[in-house]
Amino acid sequence: MRSVEPWVVAPLEGFLGESSARLVLIMTSAGQVIAQHGFTRALDVMSAAALGAGIMASAQELARVISWPAFTTVVHQGTRQGHFLARFETPRGVMIGLVVFGSETSLGLVQLFFNQLVLDLKQAAPAEKQPPQVLPADFEKELNASLRTLFGR
Amino acid sequence: MSNHQKALESLTAIHGVRGAMIATGDDGIVVAEAVMEDVDGAALAALASSLTRRLEGAAAAASGGRPGFLHLQATGGALLVCPAGHGLLLVVIAERGVNVGRARLEMARVAETIT
Repeated sequence: MRSVEPWVVAPLEGFLGESSARLVLIMTSAGQVIAQHGFTRALDVMSAAALGAGIMASAQELARVISWPAFTTVVHQGTRQGHFLARFETPRGVMIGLVVFGSETSLGLVQLFFNQLVLDLKQAAPAEKQPPQVLPADFEKELNASLRTLFGR
Repeated sequence: MSNHQKALESLTAIHGVRGAMIATGDDGIVVAEAVMEDVDGAALAALASSLTRRLEGAAAAASGGRPGFLHLQATGGALLVCPAGHGLLLVVIAERGVNVGRARLEMARVAETIT
């Protein structure tokens, strides 16, 4: 498991131990990766983050169009694995969790322990701080630093 | 009232039963529930389903076939699970002194009616 935010580590380790999830991604609503478990390639994690954030944004817009309260959870149930995608709020802003799970666990367990993960993250999150201004010249350096943290390279 | 709710009411009418629910066996999701307010139905469904799947695995490894009834007795009460049709589970939580025999008979009857 790799995280660019240290306060995410303990809650996420707890979730991984309980839920038996295969892959987990915690990201901002803009698709910026906060933590990941199970991904081995940077390209995969960045694609999954962008797609996950896109799916949640589409679900939000669909709810708005039909005047429903915002959808918070989207589940794709496949024959070999399922995808659980949920939006939640923390003191550090809105975040999205993507969980890929197989037959060794169940949607009910993933949902149950994800709810606990959200509570733990809310407790562990430090108060919101102003994000540092990223200058164009620093962008690549910042991106490479995040990727190194997420993949240990 | 749906047929599922009627079926569950016949179980909650048994003295000592604190809640009954129908859950999906594979996903551990609540289909219908009649549980007391202090019982987390979603957690109960998820954990009962997981426990049943593990016991099914253990029974299969021991060539025991599929379990027909699960009775977990704890210090504070009992968890009873009976497989129903269509991959569903009938789950009951009860106080320690519940008449398990009666609950089991009623669960078997209800399980046959769940469609």
